[in-house]
Amino acid sequence: MSILGIPILSFLIFFPLLGAVVLLFIDKQKLETLRVVTLLLTLVEFFVSLPLFFIFNSKIGEMQFVEDYWWVQSYGISYKLGIDGISLLLVLLTTFLTVLCILSSWKAIEHRVKEFMISFLLLETGMVGALVALDLILFYVFWEIMLIPMYLLIGVWGSPERRVYAAVKFFLFTMAGSVLMLVAILVLYFIGAKTTGQGTFDVLELYKLGIPVETQYWLFGAFALAFAIKVPMFPFHTWLPDAHAEAPTAGSVILAGVLLKMGTYGFIRFAIPLFPKAALDLLPLVCALALIGIIYGALVSMMQPDLKRLVAFSSVSHLGYVMLGMFAFNMQGVQGSIYQMLNHGISTGSLFLIVGMVYERRHTRMISEFGGLSKVMPVFAIFFMIVTLSSIGLPGTNGFVGEFLILLGAFQSNVVYGVLAASGVILGAAYMLWMFQRVMFGKVTNPKNEKLKDLSPREITVLVPMVILIFLMGIYPKLFFSKMDVTVEKFLKDFKGKVEMKADAPQPKVTAELKK
Amino acid sequence: MKLPEINLYLIAPEIILSVFGFLVLLLDVFSAKEGKKGYLAILSLIGVVIAFFFTLPLMGSTQTGFEGMFISDGFSLFFKVLFLMIAFLTLLISMGYAHREGIELGEYYALILFATLGMMLMAAGSHLITIFLGLETMSISIYILAGIIQEDRRSTEAALKYFLLGAFATGFLLYGMALIYGATGSFYLKDVASHIASKNLLRNPMLLMSLVFLTIGFGFKIAAVPFHMWTPDVYEGAPTSITAFMATGVKAAGFAALIRVFFSALPAFRPDWTMIMWVIALATMTLGNIIAISQTNIKRMLAYSSIAHAGYILVAFVAGNDLGTSGILFYLMAYAFMNLGAFSCIILLGKKGEENTLLSDYSGIGFKYPLLAASMTIFLLSMAGIPPLGGFMAKFYVFSAAVKSKFYWLVILGVLNSAISVYYYLRVTVLMYFRESEREITGLQFSPASVIALILAVIGTLYMGIFPSNVLTFAQRSIAGLM
Repeated sequence: MSILGIPILSFLIFFPLLGAVVLLFIDKQKLETLRVVTLLLTLVEFFVSLPLFFIFNSKIGEMQFVEDYWWVQSYGISYKLGIDGISLLLVLLTTFLTVLCILSSWKAIEHRVKEFMISFLLLETGMVGALVALDLILFYVFWEIMLIPMYLLIGVWGSPERRVYAAVKFFLFTMAGSVLMLVAILVLYFIGAKTTGQGTFDVLELYKLGIPVETQYWLFGAFALAFAIKVPMFPFHTWLPDAHAEAPTAGSVILAGVLLKMGTYGFIRFAIPLFPKAALDLLPLVCALALIGIIYGALVSMMQPDLKRLVAFSSVSHLGYVMLGMFAFNMQGVQGSIYQMLNHGISTGSLFLIVGMVYERRHTRMISEFGGLSKVMPVFAIFFMIVTLSSIGLPGTNGFVGEFLILLGAFQSNVVYGVLAASGVILGAAYMLWMFQRVMFGKVTNPKNEKLKDLSPREITVLVPMVILIFLMGIYPKLFFSKMDVTVEKFLKDFKGKVEMKADAPQPKVTAELKK
Repeated sequence: MKLPEINLYLIAPEIILSVFGFLVLLLDVFSAKEGKKGYLAILSLIGVVIAFFFTLPLMGSTQTGFEGMFISDGFSLFFKVLFLMIAFLTLLISMGYAHREGIELGEYYALILFATLGMMLMAAGSHLITIFLGLETMSISIYILAGIIQEDRRSTEAALKYFLLGAFATGFLLYGMALIYGATGSFYLKDVASHIASKNLLRNPMLLMSLVFLTIGFGFKIAAVPFHMWTPDVYEGAPTSITAFMATGVKAAGFAALIRVFFSALPAFRPDWTMIMWVIALATMTLGNIIAISQTNIKRMLAYSSIAHAGYILVAFVAGNDLGTSGILFYLMAYAFMNLGAFSCIILLGKKGEENTLLSDYSGIGFKYPLLAASMTIFLLSMAGIPPLGGFMAKFYVFSAAVKSKFYWLVILGVLNSAISVYYYLRVTVLMYFRESEREITGLQFSPASVIALILAVIGTLYMGIFPSNVLTFAQRSIAGLM
């Protein structure tokens, strides 16, 4: 499928970039024009990506819409794109959230609108590119490209006090992780060049390599570090609360919604299939960190006085579930994990939108400043309630489906993991509901809250699609599972096949010991 | 007696540069005193362009001339193209700058041409004396250029410091060359190599000493630790355009000669110098990056950054394979674009009597001079190795070469260094975009020539990052006969 002769995935990558160039030529005083044009651009992007969902053949586990050209032929670097059931959903999530982000920044961003919009469009290019790239170098390029606009979003439009600190911390953490991944990519390349005689960065080709287990540990370690920082897994999460708390609303939404998913997506697309044996052997470590993340994130959330930091730490907890489900290595776990990635994008994204809306009215995010808002802002209260419940995972909402499957998967793989993770669900309900109670119920104690305006039509427009998705994904998950079923089956089949194959291979160390 | 073979066609680019250099000197005498020297710069530019067009036809064949003292092969031609490019951009940058700073001297342009000539000889020498002559031609020109603003004390100090230390380093180099002659009886690089192989001179103390002395001599020119002490002071004090020229041209010439001598004459000592260079590479990267963090003057910061970049390039030198050597060539070209670009940004942000080279001067210019700041951001991010910019691809090739030769630890330490470097490069962007300006910088006059240089540098940096294939293929072909 192509648009104007450009293959669809390339179009999705470069259209926002083109849009950014268009914005360059608009006078920066014309704020309204800038906003409308950007909104239209992101809408076009979304509606171009939407047909993917229907055209995508869910019966095939292979990559679809593949584009494959040489980029640097002498080095085996290619411009290779393609999507499967996993990246399909994440791409859609990206294009969908971007539209809402632009819409939510209508009033929130008052100065340097042009630069904001350009940064956002560049960010979209990076995100879509990283999700559809099937060449390691191409992926790395997009992975890094995402950093710069996000860095600017936090640093320029963030809240005044600590934005620079947060922006630099965000950049350095991610950078430190990813340079080691680059080394691992290079090592992988030369292993491939040695075994097959033809060096390549094509992931699908590299999947086929049988890498010595010892080497796998190192390479998996380097990849996992880069991704774990991005997820973020405990103990690499410290950049997240700062980045979230200081970023403007749209930045937080896209950071939670898509950028964190790059970490989990990296595991499922690169780290696990490339180094299956290492992934399996290091499973206890990853699961332990995921569980710590779940419980620690929840406990810290409970104590946060700041709404945004609370939601940020809840992300640590939610992403812990995603990692736990993925490393259960069974159908329920992995599917639940991918579903939870989408859920988190929608629920936490909405939570950030909602916090942003309150912030625009009151210019504070402190829970203690609020109370009794449900009386003043009834429409707002309804949306907030739905989103809160979805984040907790109430049956009927999307959160339930994801968490339930993850727990199911976790129990199958290890009962202890399951029990501990399930306790996190209770904690999750506790901090969210307590927060909701303190903000929304009771008497209006602070006189500043008495005259708050309820949601404007624009704000409702932003939240309604989210709420629709919350229920759609909660009530009819089959719609989404049907897209990823085959892909996940293939993922697990390949994984198990490779792990068992390795186990059959002679292991010199064991035999040496036996001989003694 | 046989007359020595003379093939002037081979050295046509060098001849043209010298002719134009003398022409500039001559016309300078006859031209009006003040403010009318701009045409000399244009004349020099024309000289560089003509030299470039005489370099192109030499491509693709390997020829030697002057009794084998001069070689025109892919390697030397790549560097000639690079040096001419650097000279071209430097001259463009200089046009507005020299006028602004009151450098109304014809010899300024002539010396740039002569320095370029020296660099080209260094790359094309297949005889130690040729290389030495090239090095001296270059160095002496640069000594003068560094101190050309006579009324500026820092400039004079820079020149004196550079001269004293440089003369000392040259002494070491010459001593090293003499020892090689003493041990092997030849100045020809090829003969030296074959002598060492045939007479098994691997443990000859004279040659081992010469190895150390050559490392010192070249290490000084490329600003490798611990021979880097002069760099920050000289880079800070010298006129900014000359700093740019030194950071790119002199460094590239140093690497050209280093590679030529070590790979052609002393390949037998590879295990020995690999170890030395491993340590030097690591020290150079680490020290450069760590000290750069604490700088408050952007020229000093870039001086330390240029030390760090020499370290990255040495990583490829340590790797010692084809990939590494072509990686070095690629790196030097990418570095030339981004560094000349960054220095032209620095020049554009200054005005007469107000250099604005403190980091704090960059506060808030991001939204005031958006294009200037955006270009600066591109150059800095490229130096930090962020894709899709030239600097990323350069680091990618360099590190992949080292991975290929299994220097894993050096690579890991290298990329971590690269991550450290992000901090200080980002700091400039933080200032430019996230901070309000402390004082207004007004009345900047953007000289059109510098702007052209800036645009060319941006294009070069982006091109080498997004379409690296062509330059890489060029670099790979250039080293064919060398290894």
